[in-house]
Amino acid sequence: MAEFLSLRDAVKNHIQDGDTVAMEGFTHLIPFAAGHEIIRQEKRDLTLIRMTPDLIYDQMIGAGCVKKLIFSWGGNPGVGSLHRMRDAVQKGWPRSIELIEHSHAAMANAYEAGAAGLPLAVLRGYIGSDLPKVNEQIKFIECPFTGERLAAVPSVRPDVTVIHAQRADRKGNVLVEGIVGVQKEAVLAAKRSIVTVEEIVDDLGASVNACVIPGWAITAIAVAEKGAAPSYALGYYERDNAFYKEWDAIARDREAFQAWLKDNVFENGAA
Amino acid sequence: MTIEFTSSEMMSVTAARALNNDMTCFVGIGLPSEAANLARLTHAPDITLIYESGTLQTKPDVLPLSIGDGELCASALTTVSVPEMFRYWLQGGHISVGFLGTAQIDRYANLNTTLIGDYRDPQVRLPGGGGAPEIATNAREVFITVKHSKRTFVKDVDFITTVGFGRAGKARDNVPNIGRGPSVVITDLCILKPDEQSKELVVTSLHPGVTREQVIEATGWEIRFAESLETTPAPTEQELTVLRELKARTAAHHAGN
Repeated sequence: MAEFLSLRDAVKNHIQDGDTVAMEGFTHLIPFAAGHEIIRQEKRDLTLIRMTPDLIYDQMIGAGCVKKLIFSWGGNPGVGSLHRMRDAVQKGWPRSIELIEHSHAAMANAYEAGAAGLPLAVLRGYIGSDLPKVNEQIKFIECPFTGERLAAVPSVRPDVTVIHAQRADRKGNVLVEGIVGVQKEAVLAAKRSIVTVEEIVDDLGASVNACVIPGWAITAIAVAEKGAAPSYALGYYERDNAFYKEWDAIARDREAFQAWLKDNVFENGAA
Repeated sequence: MTIEFTSSEMMSVTAARALNNDMTCFVGIGLPSEAANLARLTHAPDITLIYESGTLQTKPDVLPLSIGDGELCASALTTVSVPEMFRYWLQGGHISVGFLGTAQIDRYANLNTTLIGDYRDPQVRLPGGGGAPEIATNAREVFITVKHSKRTFVKDVDFITTVGFGRAGKARDNVPNIGRGPSVVITDLCILKPDEQSKELVVTSLHPGVTREQVIEATGWEIRFAESLETTPAPTEQELTVLRELKARTAAHHAGN
């Protein structure tokens, strides 16, 4: 059964230095509040997994939390590059990071395989791409029935998955609405999971086929109001597109980034 | 009755015209998204637009900044999970056209969105593959739209993120269950199509007022021109009006709601 904790305790108890952590949310419901708490607690040597690293991993990479990144599209959507990620890759600042890169299709399949308890995912993918030449985790297998050559990648099995959702009920059942991404798969693929929510309610108000993750499949729940901002939570607040554009200038400059981090993360702590 | 238009508008209008009402289009963010929505708001009102965030049959009123803006979900017929999107809808064979942008493209329409330079020591690290590697092989055909410049149009891409026709133009030969690949590339100068035999990109139509020299100057290999080189029809007043209104709505929306 999910344990209700403060965000600080959830991160303190369930994320250790060196862990493999997946923080998912496909553009929508990105768990920024949890990412900032990880930065404040100065977690180190994390292997981070996420299809679209987005600003949240740019911030965590810039803050020095990350040794390795497994991803499939590392940009600031509609704006440009992730400059903290680029600085780490090109110049090793604040530390060098190892990249393992996939395509979206492969990562989506790998999460699903992780949730299904399988060691690998199989897809019709990577045909003609150079990605298999630079990523040892991409192999090809022959279909035993048709002989077709198919791509295989290891399933994603994080130590911890962190997601943000609209709400939980008092038993810890969680409703995820809108663009649901790979959140359910990521939670079920992980050994432990932390879900931050906008609010706790008596009744989830879920329709019969809604994406509900049962409380007994979640490790910890923490309330984090506006916990996805500057990403968004459908039904609660919109994506702060203006901030995504402003981030470009902040992240381009190491000093501007460090000043931003101090003012907005270290001196703006969660309760 | 000359209508003034920019080369960017010419590109978007031409790219939009490549789409029709019966298509199911998997849309990349940026220029493809602008063109696809322009098509939907002009000659192809019933076109099915699909974004990789899981939004099926979406009809956004403003162009999304990201692939998963709330607008896409709110105006969609339904929204599915990302694994379902890639496994059932794309790999399952429901997409007629994948519409992609790129950072680099070469003469065999291979796309590079990974990096400039050497993989282990990149000069410029780019975002990576995203959905494109499988969109390009699982969609029945691929349209590409990108601005024309020597930096973008290179003889051989530094890295094949997403296959067009491979390093020698033969990457799709004898591969089962693969789409036919790029069928048209629309730039701000011209339209290019792969040669039927060699698969090398050839200019088939110049946009109004554009010269062969301009295209040669903006292309990093010895570009060839089709024997029956056409002139792309100029945008109509209606196309330009709809495009400008769409861009104005989008700018106002993203400026801070």
